[in-house]
Amino acid sequence: MGKQIISESALDRIEKEHAEWLEEYRKALAKVPKRLERFSTVSDLEVNQLYTPLDTQRRDFFEQIGFPGKYPYTRGVQSTMYRGRHWTMRMFAGMGNADDTNKRFHYLINHGETGLSTAFDFPTLMGYDSASPLARGECGKCGVAIDTLDDMGRLFANINLEEVTTSMTINPPASVLWAMYIANAERQGFSRKKLGGTIQNDCLKEFIAQKTLMLPPEASLRLVTDTVEFGTKEVPRWNTISISGYHIREAGATAVQELAFTIYDGITYVEEAIKRGLKVDDFAARLSFFWNSHIDFFEEIAKMRASRRMWARIMKERFGAKNPKSMLMRFHTQTAGCSLTAQEPYNNVVRTTTEALAAVLGGTQSLHTNSLDEVYMIPSEQAALIALRTQQIIAEETGVTNVIDPLGGSYFVEALTDKMEQEAMAYIRKLDELGGMVAAIERDYPQMEIADAAFHFQKQVEAGDKTVIGVNKYASDRPELEFVLKIDDQIEREQIERTERFKEKRDKVGFQKAMDELVRRCEGPPCWNNNVMPALIEAVRAGATEQECCDLYRNVFGTYTDPGSF
Amino acid sequence: MANARNLRILVAKPGLDGHDRGARIVARAFRDAGFEVIYTGCHQTPEQIVSTAIQEDVDLIGLSILSGAHRYSFPRVLELLRENNAEDISVIGGGIFPLEDIPVLKEAGIKELFEPGAKLSDIIEWVGKNIIPRREA
Repeated sequence: MGKQIISESALDRIEKEHAEWLEEYRKALAKVPKRLERFSTVSDLEVNQLYTPLDTQRRDFFEQIGFPGKYPYTRGVQSTMYRGRHWTMRMFAGMGNADDTNKRFHYLINHGETGLSTAFDFPTLMGYDSASPLARGECGKCGVAIDTLDDMGRLFANINLEEVTTSMTINPPASVLWAMYIANAERQGFSRKKLGGTIQNDCLKEFIAQKTLMLPPEASLRLVTDTVEFGTKEVPRWNTISISGYHIREAGATAVQELAFTIYDGITYVEEAIKRGLKVDDFAARLSFFWNSHIDFFEEIAKMRASRRMWARIMKERFGAKNPKSMLMRFHTQTAGCSLTAQEPYNNVVRTTTEALAAVLGGTQSLHTNSLDEVYMIPSEQAALIALRTQQIIAEETGVTNVIDPLGGSYFVEALTDKMEQEAMAYIRKLDELGGMVAAIERDYPQMEIADAAFHFQKQVEAGDKTVIGVNKYASDRPELEFVLKIDDQIEREQIERTERFKEKRDKVGFQKAMDELVRRCEGPPCWNNNVMPALIEAVRAGATEQECCDLYRNVFGTYTDPGSF
Repeated sequence: MANARNLRILVAKPGLDGHDRGARIVARAFRDAGFEVIYTGCHQTPEQIVSTAIQEDVDLIGLSILSGAHRYSFPRVLELLRENNAEDISVIGGGIFPLEDIPVLKEAGIKELFEPGAKLSDIIEWVGKNIIPRREA
């Protein structure tokens, strides 16, 4: 125990005095009853009244904590962290048509945002054009409607795509939208080698939580692996998957479940890429992650610190990664939509601030802060600006960015970080026993674990065991907000007509040839020569719409419908 | 709650919306309260929902939506029920609705809307008081 932080003699004294203090604490509480029977995090993880070196005494400093930018990266993925530059301020934005969203992008950039993040509407997320009968009433409502390469061009008009990095929240159709992004960038004269950004492309968590479902799990994994392979060879600065806990958490998971299921999804993508013949150190550095920052401040910080350590160990020990970059868990964070309340919506600014602060103290690489009106609708300009300003105030006024990992060494935070890792590793062993994530999903295992946690939390709120201000305590009516964004129903008809005109103009022979090549590649065995990406880029250049590519996928690979368990 | 055991409820997710946390929690609470519950899963068209409701002989459809597409899908479900002579199946909704949409949806025939923060016990109590099994109606 040579590297133990505290000497044995000091520990003896701490143990003795801790016992004395505990005695006093209990006596005092006998007179003034505790506020709660049981103190626990929002995930219902019980926490003690006080943490001391006794809770971290067996810790080996170098194995558990160490230095920023050094294995196991508990304290951060870079040696400089926010002393070098702040996290990327990346506000999730998308509404109406491509022009509306482009306007919002420019508004956010002009107010100091440093990265783009695209929210697509439900038809786009599910692989349908705006004209689909299944898209009725949805066009442009929850994000931007993108059907064609022309839409993609208008979405990013007058933005330097070699300078700004762009995140696109798109999953089953990720390959198609990425092909449109690349084709558009090249048409604008940018090089694919210099494009930076992220496609979410995390199909596994769709089955577990977010439910934008299109293809069965195996086919989904094949397409994800095609993008990983293509990115590795052709678009080296692109993050090919954003392995996401965010939606798992929003569906009601605990922090530990979010950590475990997400990291296991990551393990699965690495295994698939290795099966394809890629070397772990050639692609793993381009995998990124996405965490939720919920309302329980210390639990989130501990989760993020534990996540870096877990991923580093898994990459090194389970996959034999040698390149330190392969071991880095770089992540985006979004504050928790599910923690916001429709009642007294201005209080959401306070919640988001607290959650954003946790993400910063947890060492995030990029951040979206929710707007106060996001409980009703995608954000208005005014509310989005307050949310962006929240990040800028944390970054530039509060001083929390002056010191790297300022909570490192806190007895509580270190003990909670250890606890997160231990409990998440127990889930990872369980998933190994079940035969991996696809087998677990087929058994409804992660889905039902999350459903149980969500139901448990709801019961706690209704019993008053967990407090939500304005909802179950100091309850209040929902007021009218003066700046709720309205999306005109007219947008749907205009978008349908625009896509129709686009299709009329395309060269039918060239289009058919490109689609035939895409079918051939999909039907062939997965390998570089059958990688869908080069064919997709040709197809969207030849005028294929998003749905035409996705219908082709559905025809070749089959579809998947939500089993509807509860 | 003598009638409770006889009530059959379809919890349904219309449209492309994947936000199913609320629907699944409410479905589970209905089941725990002794109702017979069928849950459609996500991504159902109004046509599929009405067809399931008729086939399963339910007394109540609970529509859950958080995507903003309720202005299309809710009235469409009511319209299809009428077209199929099944307007005695009651329809309630849960989710996020702009305030101005609430009277419009109620006018169209949605019996009740439950917004964020609604308690499970209140939803169950409302159903117990207001929905009578169709066989006994």
